[in-house]
Amino acid sequence: MHTLMSLTTPAVVTAVEDVVAPVAWDGARHAAWLVVVPLVSAAVLLLLGRRADRWGHWLGVLASAASFVVALVLFLGLLGQPAEQRVHDVSFGTWVDAGALTLDAGLRVDPLSLTFVLLVTFVGTLIHVYSVAYMEHDVDRRRFFAYLNLFVAAMLLLVLADSYLLLFVGWEGVGLASYLLIGFWNHNTAYAVAAKKAFVANRVGDVGLIVAMGLMFAAFGGLDFATVHAGVAGADTGVLTLIGLALLLAACGKSAQFPLQSWLGDAMAGPTPVSALIHAATMVTAGVYLIVRSGEVYAAAPTAQLVVAVVGAITLLFGAIVGCAKDDIKKALAASTMSQIGYMVLAAGLGPIGYAFAIFHLVTHGFFKAGMFLGAGSVMHGMDDQVDMRRFGGLGRYMKITYVTFMAGWLAILGVFPFAGFWSKDKIIEAAFVPVDGEPWRAWVFGGIALLGAGITAFYMSRLFFLTFEGQKRWSAKRDGSAQHPHESPLLMTVPMVVLAVGSVGLGWFLSSAGFVEWLEPSVGHAEHHEPVLPVPVIVGATLAVVLVGLVLAWRMYAVSTVPVAPPRGTVLTRAARQDLYQDVVNDAALVDPGRYLTRSLVYGDKAVVDGAVTGLGKVTVGVGDAVRRVQTGYARSYAASTVVGLVVLTVVVLAVRG
Amino acid sequence: MTLTHYLVLAAILFAIGATTVLLRRNAIIVFMGVELMLNSTNLLLVTFARMHGDLTGQVLAFFVMVVAAAEVVVGLGIIVSIFRTRRSASVDDVNLLKS
Amino acid sequence: MTGAFAAVHAALPTVATAVPTALAETGRTSTAEAVLFWVLAPVMVLAALGLLFARKAVHAALAVVVVMISLAFLYVAQEAPFLGVVQVVVYTGAVMMLFLFVLMLVGVDRSDSLVETIRGQRWIGVLAGAGLGVVLAGVVGRATYPAAQGLVEANADSNPIGIARLVFGEHVLALEVVGCLLVVAALGALVLTHRRRLAPRIGQRELAERRVREGANLAPLPAPGVYARHNAMDVPALDPDGRPLEHSVPRVLRVRGQEADAREYAARIDRVLAGGWANGAGSFTSATGDGPPLGARALARDAAGKDDDRPEDAPGGADAPDEPSAASADAHTADGDELRDEEVRR
Repeated sequence: MHTLMSLTTPAVVTAVEDVVAPVAWDGARHAAWLVVVPLVSAAVLLLLGRRADRWGHWLGVLASAASFVVALVLFLGLLGQPAEQRVHDVSFGTWVDAGALTLDAGLRVDPLSLTFVLLVTFVGTLIHVYSVAYMEHDVDRRRFFAYLNLFVAAMLLLVLADSYLLLFVGWEGVGLASYLLIGFWNHNTAYAVAAKKAFVANRVGDVGLIVAMGLMFAAFGGLDFATVHAGVAGADTGVLTLIGLALLLAACGKSAQFPLQSWLGDAMAGPTPVSALIHAATMVTAGVYLIVRSGEVYAAAPTAQLVVAVVGAITLLFGAIVGCAKDDIKKALAASTMSQIGYMVLAAGLGPIGYAFAIFHLVTHGFFKAGMFLGAGSVMHGMDDQVDMRRFGGLGRYMKITYVTFMAGWLAILGVFPFAGFWSKDKIIEAAFVPVDGEPWRAWVFGGIALLGAGITAFYMSRLFFLTFEGQKRWSAKRDGSAQHPHESPLLMTVPMVVLAVGSVGLGWFLSSAGFVEWLEPSVGHAEHHEPVLPVPVIVGATLAVVLVGLVLAWRMYAVSTVPVAPPRGTVLTRAARQDLYQDVVNDAALVDPGRYLTRSLVYGDKAVVDGAVTGLGKVTVGVGDAVRRVQTGYARSYAASTVVGLVVLTVVVLAVRG
Repeated sequence: MTLTHYLVLAAILFAIGATTVLLRRNAIIVFMGVELMLNSTNLLLVTFARMHGDLTGQVLAFFVMVVAAAEVVVGLGIIVSIFRTRRSASVDDVNLLKS
Repeated sequence: MTGAFAAVHAALPTVATAVPTALAETGRTSTAEAVLFWVLAPVMVLAALGLLFARKAVHAALAVVVVMISLAFLYVAQEAPFLGVVQVVVYTGAVMMLFLFVLMLVGVDRSDSLVETIRGQRWIGVLAGAGLGVVLAGVVGRATYPAAQGLVEANADSNPIGIARLVFGEHVLALEVVGCLLVVAALGALVLTHRRRLAPRIGQRELAERRVREGANLAPLPAPGVYARHNAMDVPALDPDGRPLEHSVPRVLRVRGQEADAREYAARIDRVLAGGWANGAGSFTSATGDGPPLGARALARDAAGKDDDRPEDAPGGADAPDEPSAASADAHTADGDELRDEEVRR
């Protein structure tokens, strides 16, 4: 065992060196269209105003679809090239030329970014289509599509950027779009507050990215990926650790990882397509992208990498526990998202061995989680915007398509063979059991947590599924008092769900057999296959076993037995989980209240000390001026007298001093 | 008697001129006090020129006289224009310096 | 000019020759110069104090003139004849005259109040002035000086030539600058005393036009009638009808009631024409006329009702013109003063 561990360390290092250096490719210039098209569409929709109300949503769909087509063309072009030439940097001229910092506005087209681009444009286009129907009765549908297009443009810029600074532009862009979309119905105060909360939490993360960029500039003299990655080799480990931690902070803010995860649950205030696109499939995974993209930094900073894995593990369990107690279908899904991203971050924290699986899981999760969110939206659509799962039940018979597509997503997230999650999540659990830095305790701890998480995931996702689609009807009256008549959603909504469900079923197998991991290798590096501490079949079996346990437990509690409409008091853990494990309380106590007190004391100090000093100075000046004013009689003779007296005194003094 | 006597005389005249400036209110008399002070310095310059055997002192006194003449022209012009508007030549009436 | 300086040198031979050598040798001045100094110095200090204390500005100015002329003497005594002359010409001749001129303009007979209006100014002024005098005199008197050299060498080619060499040589730039300063000062004085004309100028033409417009008398006023008895300005002229013209008598006499009575003269004329002396005792007789002129008689008739006894008194009244005329001359000057005052006030 020990010899094996000592062998793994150089293997990791060589893996990093496997990352392909960028080469020029003219076709990559077309990547600019990916960003420009949705951006122009968003601008047109926002600037034209109500004149675009009738056709604006179709323009939005078209822009997103056009981006997807461009992405597809680029993808095919990239496939036509040998693997070692699939990383392309394309520059669009000098962007920043400030003293020592010279930066081109450039895009990086490589397997990693193109994977994201395909995911974002494909799922995005589906969700655009879905939104056409879902937002049909909203007067501000055009504005909604403008924001969605803005988000797509910003997200594509984020993943395509070839420098941390340009990435930051996209990073802020998606933050803005997220803020605008969470608060889309901002006439509801709670929703507006939720939007602000998301914004503030994201700002905390952004500070991390800014600090990271400052450190990079100081350490490497540049902010583009090529310079940074090239500079890692000779850099100080302490600085690299700091950069890694700062990047992790940024990722935590964007991806709702511990301890900045509290905003994601509230972010469900936005329209459901937003939750599906932004807060499940794409934006929240930007943190994972950032960590994977910065793989070289983490490879040289093992401490930071370990912290990444720890954060991922904590969030994984945290989200899973919270998900067990939530009765709001969207918040339960949000907790699940948090937990699944925790898996990805954990995988990213495992080093090159986990990067590919993190991205793999990210893609499959993007499909099945978006599908489930769309399913939840469909349920809400049919149930008069009811979100309380205790008021659902037995919906499977009334919404057949939703039921089936949601079931596909459910089985996928459970990791049941041969659904998508099996191919990605189980790989992460396997990877977690691989001893990374020659320390077996890590393999056991992370592997154990990942396994436990899989069981809890199975429980709460099954709970969600059974509460919604199985069991008795526990429907409440509509808001207008009439009885509920759940109905299937229109075709525009079900078609995207079906497409995503197909992805949930077959994407994992497809990508796995098509060599997704090898496809990513030019970007994330090649990882030697190492044996986990347990044999692989044992891990797979154990995973399936805990999943089955969770599933059966949920079946017995929520499908077979009667579920109370009013939530029972529950255990201490349940009550805590309903409160997001008191995250908000902790935040308030640890940050908000001290901040408030600090502000108050600063205001008081400002008034007493600063203002006091200023006004005191003013008063002293006025007093002195009042006294001196009397000397200023305006009579020339007085002034002459003072001159002469001064002359006499000065002469006497000089004489006295000279002796 | 030595040349120092001249210097003391100049000092006394200067002090009297300065006192005139301080005590008298008639602008013209004040002005004459200033002229007296200038004259006493001229005496000083001439005496020093003699003491050092250098005519530069006299040249300087000459320039002082010319400048004093210019100053008198302007000063009296000011006094006349003030008198025209205020019917007074008292320096105390002109206290616009106090705003 | 050079001749003038030469004359000054000739006039003060001791100053030019004897004193410097003594000064250079002993460091002390000649006795003559000491006498001159000890005579002039108290005079100058007293005159300066006169400036300080004189109530009338003119007295102060005269005191300053005394100081400046004395200074000119001291300059000459100190081997600076050129400066002495300039002192007299520029200071005493020009500057102080300018002062006096302005004093006249401002009002010469005003005496200044010596009451102090600024609180504490008098004490401060006295103390500061006295302190300044003591300090300066102390410093100047106690300082150590190099041995006095005198100006014999420097004045070898006469003092003005020595000064000219310096002024037009070493200090020529300063001279030019000072010349500019003088020009600027002259312009400044012009600007300062310039008065803008607010009403259109009234000249002879405008006056004449106004007279025609108002129908006033266009021709000069008639001269008073002088009938060779004495040079009486108080006798009105007679018009062709024999009527006396009131406005031919100077206004001042009329205002004072000092004009002679026209009727009396008319009566006298009548008498003369009738063949007797004007005063009734004369030998003059008219050769032609046998009756008084119509006008005179008519005038007499007019006046007869008012005061009949007047003709009898007339000779006496006409014979004593001296006193009234003196009074009238006096009155005339007074009138002129009034007029000037009016002008000043305007």
